[in-house]
Amino acid sequence: MTPADFSAIRLTAELATLTTLLLLLVGTPIAWWLARTESRWKGPVAAVVALPLVLPPTVLGFYLLVTMGPHGPVGRLTSALGLGVLPFTFPGLVVASVLYSMPFVVQPVQNAFEAIGARPFEVAATLRAGPLDTFFSVAVPLARRGFVSAAILGFAHTVGEFGVVLMMGGNIPGVTRVVSVAIYDHVEASEYAPAHALAGGMVLFSFVVMLAFHWVSASPRRRAG
Amino acid sequence: MSGRTALAAQPPDRLAGRFRLAYPSGFALDVELDVPARGVVALFGASGSGKTTLLRCLAGLERARGGFLSVAGEVWQDEARGQFVPTFRRPLGYVFQEASLFPHLSVRRNVDYGRRRVAPAARRVALEQAIGLLGIGSLLDRMPGGLSGGERQRVAIARALAASPRLLLMDEPLSGLDARRKGEILPYLERLHGELEIPLVYVSHQADEVAALADHLVLLEEGRVAASGPLTELLTRLDLPLARGDGAAAVIEATVAAHDEFYHLTYLDFPAGRVSIPREDLGVGARRRLRVLARDVSITLAPQTGTSILNVLPARVTGLVEERPGQVTVGLDAAGTALLARITAKSVALLDLREGKSVFAQIKGMALLD
Repeated sequence: MTPADFSAIRLTAELATLTTLLLLLVGTPIAWWLARTESRWKGPVAAVVALPLVLPPTVLGFYLLVTMGPHGPVGRLTSALGLGVLPFTFPGLVVASVLYSMPFVVQPVQNAFEAIGARPFEVAATLRAGPLDTFFSVAVPLARRGFVSAAILGFAHTVGEFGVVLMMGGNIPGVTRVVSVAIYDHVEASEYAPAHALAGGMVLFSFVVMLAFHWVSASPRRRAG
Repeated sequence: MSGRTALAAQPPDRLAGRFRLAYPSGFALDVELDVPARGVVALFGASGSGKTTLLRCLAGLERARGGFLSVAGEVWQDEARGQFVPTFRRPLGYVFQEASLFPHLSVRRNVDYGRRRVAPAARRVALEQAIGLLGIGSLLDRMPGGLSGGERQRVAIARALAASPRLLLMDEPLSGLDARRKGEILPYLERLHGELEIPLVYVSHQADEVAALADHLVLLEEGRVAASGPLTELLTRLDLPLARGDGAAAVIEATVAAHDEFYHLTYLDFPAGRVSIPREDLGVGARRRLRVLARDVSITLAPQTGTSILNVLPARVTGLVEERPGQVTVGLDAAGTALLARITAKSVALLDLREGKSVFAQIKGMALLD
């Protein structure tokens, strides 16, 4: 493997870590709202969050490219704020990854919140805990397993993305070239040895991640009091 | 009570509420409540009568449009004035039917959960007191998952108490437990009654629990209050279902007067006289409740000699109701204490029993309730 390959691995790890942290921050309130709301907007919002599950990554990448490009609404906004435009930058990749991996974080957390049921929150209310207090002292600890699952899936899914990255980030070494794109490049150039090294590494990584996910989700839940 | 009267000061010793709630299922709650804000108030009724819904209204877990609630002079809900104190701002304790302990917290941290959220100046029950009263000192470092049903419910009660509530609400806290576990918890509830001056609203469909604990009874039927009054009065009212059926019983409050070591008897005094029960290990002067089943009371016109029955009290007939053909329930007043007697219609005719007639009640047996 070349130094460029190691830089791709480091970039991929940075992208996935940052994306996962941002997703836990952004996705948790969305999951909480989806788990608790009786609003008629629940269905549409849930569907939008789930869209990346079924959309071809090129479609998502295409629209992100258009809206964030110099002539798109988001692009104009970021330009006006002095941030430049996001496509073909690392922050652009992060934004795209957050949207692309959103359902993999929101859904496990939402399921975990829903599994708690209404009772523990009622109990907390009868014990003087306000809504925010209840969220941190009851909801988050009881949904702990859901958060771990969400983090594993969000991280792994971001590592595995290809289409959105290619559309949004292109292939700039050290800036936007992640492992999946690096493998593609090697194969294009008929460099099968480094392609094998990276691809094999991805298989091993994915196996370990899914094994960890299995352990987290399959270990027995503590009995409810 | 209308929403308008809320403008006036609320009585400091009453718990008054009005709730109307309709559910899509067809069940509707339509209740006006005015009960003492002290002692134990039992909400009693069949399942589906609205007991739990009413309790949840008191806690603010259900919100009735147009509802009103004042507790010991403090208004917690007055929708006519747009006022609704959310549950977490109400100084209450709630014990659910299932203990509902937080599974991620140890027993100690469960019990402490509410207490640490109460301002130190407002804490009136010490953590040690709640732990001691419920006898859970040895469980503090355990996790809820490893506790028995009875232990969990005791922890739940201690947790509610430790938050220094000014009103305790309990929703059939014993219903999920077998007779042995029940017997394990009931004494603790009675201690609460005796040692803490916190009014308790207690939901139950078990007549024996109610007879043991309640001071005031609210009888609910299909979402409405069928009757509300002191326990001893309601239990013996012939127009209410409580005085019907096999379990019909009166409750008398008596004071332990003396023990008869030779015959192994304990004597108890109450206004109508002295009664005896098989020897119980009770201190002289202690106040105890006795349950007298209607079917254990018979009536004579003159005090009998040559009978094995020791407990004979003068009484006056206050009413008669034929419960089913041939079976009559007689209401009796023994120096202010109400009793019930279940006798045959033939006996009623032979003794010529009428309202106001003076008779003697023979009590075949009675049970200590605590």
